[in-house]
Amino acid sequence: MFIKEYFGTIFKSIKSLLTGMKLTGYYFTHLNKIVTEEYPDNRATLKMAERFRGEVIMPHDEKNEHQCTGCQSCELSCPNGSIKIITKQEIQADGKKKKRIDTWVYHLDMCTMCGMCVEACPTTAILMGNEFEHSQYEKKYLKKVLNKPGSRLKDGVE
Amino acid sequence: MILGEEDYITEEGEFVVNMGPQHPSTHGVLRLKVWLDGETIKKVEPHLGYIHRSIEKMSESLSYRQYGYLTSRMDYLSAHINNLACALVVEKALQVEVPARAQAIRIIIGELTRIGSHLLWFASAGLDLGGVTPFFYAFREREAINSIMDENCGARLTQNFMVPGGIVYDVRPDFQSRVKEVLKQFKDNFHEYNEILTGNVIFQNRLKDVGILTKEDAIAFGCTGPTARASGLSCDIRKMYPYDGYEKLQFDEVISTGCDSWARYEVRMAEMLQSVRIIEQLIDNIPEGDIVAKTKNVIKLPKGEFYQRVETARGELGVYIVSDGGASPYRCKYRSPNFANLSAIPHIARGYKIGDLIAIMATIDLIIPDIDR
Repeated sequence: MFIKEYFGTIFKSIKSLLTGMKLTGYYFTHLNKIVTEEYPDNRATLKMAERFRGEVIMPHDEKNEHQCTGCQSCELSCPNGSIKIITKQEIQADGKKKKRIDTWVYHLDMCTMCGMCVEACPTTAILMGNEFEHSQYEKKYLKKVLNKPGSRLKDGVE
Repeated sequence: MILGEEDYITEEGEFVVNMGPQHPSTHGVLRLKVWLDGETIKKVEPHLGYIHRSIEKMSESLSYRQYGYLTSRMDYLSAHINNLACALVVEKALQVEVPARAQAIRIIIGELTRIGSHLLWFASAGLDLGGVTPFFYAFREREAINSIMDENCGARLTQNFMVPGGIVYDVRPDFQSRVKEVLKQFKDNFHEYNEILTGNVIFQNRLKDVGILTKEDAIAFGCTGPTARASGLSCDIRKMYPYDGYEKLQFDEVISTGCDSWARYEVRMAEMLQSVRIIEQLIDNIPEGDIVAKTKNVIKLPKGEFYQRVETARGELGVYIVSDGGASPYRCKYRSPNFANLSAIPHIARGYKIGDLIAIMATIDLIIPDIDR
């Protein structure tokens, strides 16, 4: 009785293994069902989702103008302090002094891509970009200044 | 903790093995100190603290909009449901009515998270017990679910799709068709999991009658989620204390009385199908309307104590907030499911072989960052 049960179990195990092997064999022979992406090789065709949060970017238009007023809402909303905005007083054409951004420092090494700064921005000056290949050899390269040199605030944005 | 020699050699023939913190089957940095007599386990002692990030303390300096994002890093496989708990406790304190559209979308994404989490558990349970192939089949469907998260929430794992009062932005127009597509793919392929792993006699024999957790023990150790439901304990928070619109939905609480690792396996497999059932009820009738209720710019909770529990993929997550009327919590405490579930392991692993400890850990489905926080 024991021997019958013993060999019965072995037989059932082999049968269940073969059931699984049948499935793997099916996918082995049906090459059109492959779903894997060969990532580093498909860079040219790789398209990230539109909303994917990869990094914070500050779009500039063709006249090198951004929309950041320096209100620091993003700095306040950032939970881990990866944004630092340094402002300056700029003399306008009519002689009045106005607050403008000097440097918009973004610490990519501290950012967790939560997207709260983008939500908080009242003028949509910053967005989340799709770029995700951020690896660098040294940490200093992860500290970025987002406003381009010589850029200024777009007219009409307050 | 530095171990002296006397910690390792206790009796004749008995020795101590450190499993982890770098052991692949512990899925993270959990260290189990195992006293062995030959291959038989005499005692297990979990050592924690390798991934402690003081999330609770950090929450005390963050505003009520910000503090939820840290919970994505606790149980990273059900990040959306953790964020939901944080949003719900603020809504409860402020008595905000969440729009019906936001509720429906939250539940759909939450249940997708649950399916994805159980799929990863299925994959890694097979991997722990020696089957590498099931991993790829489970990840095929999980990848499809993650793409939905990617398209709609902006991230695959740490969605951060929640604000107190609703959700951050509306889902994309193709959300419904994409979810239906993924559900169809999941249902069509579900039989493959049964063929390749559930039906495997070798796999079954490794789980059956291993790691018996009785109902009394489950209550005593505070186990929740599928771990406790496999011991016959009815503890689904979605049924018992419905939150966020779960009271309107029809689904079954999966309970098994097997008490062993195999029962825990079966409960999780059946739970995935219940999640599919929940999504199918909602996906065609997402109400129109607002996605977020109006809250003040700086959220200040009234003075007092607030508690909200939700059912994550692994059990009950409780968020307890003490507010002094300010803009950030005075004290924030998370009751995490994995910590309680882990505490049962030393009890149930005693007397089994060391190979069975892997099976017990695989079916209890521990996520280590949730234990330490």
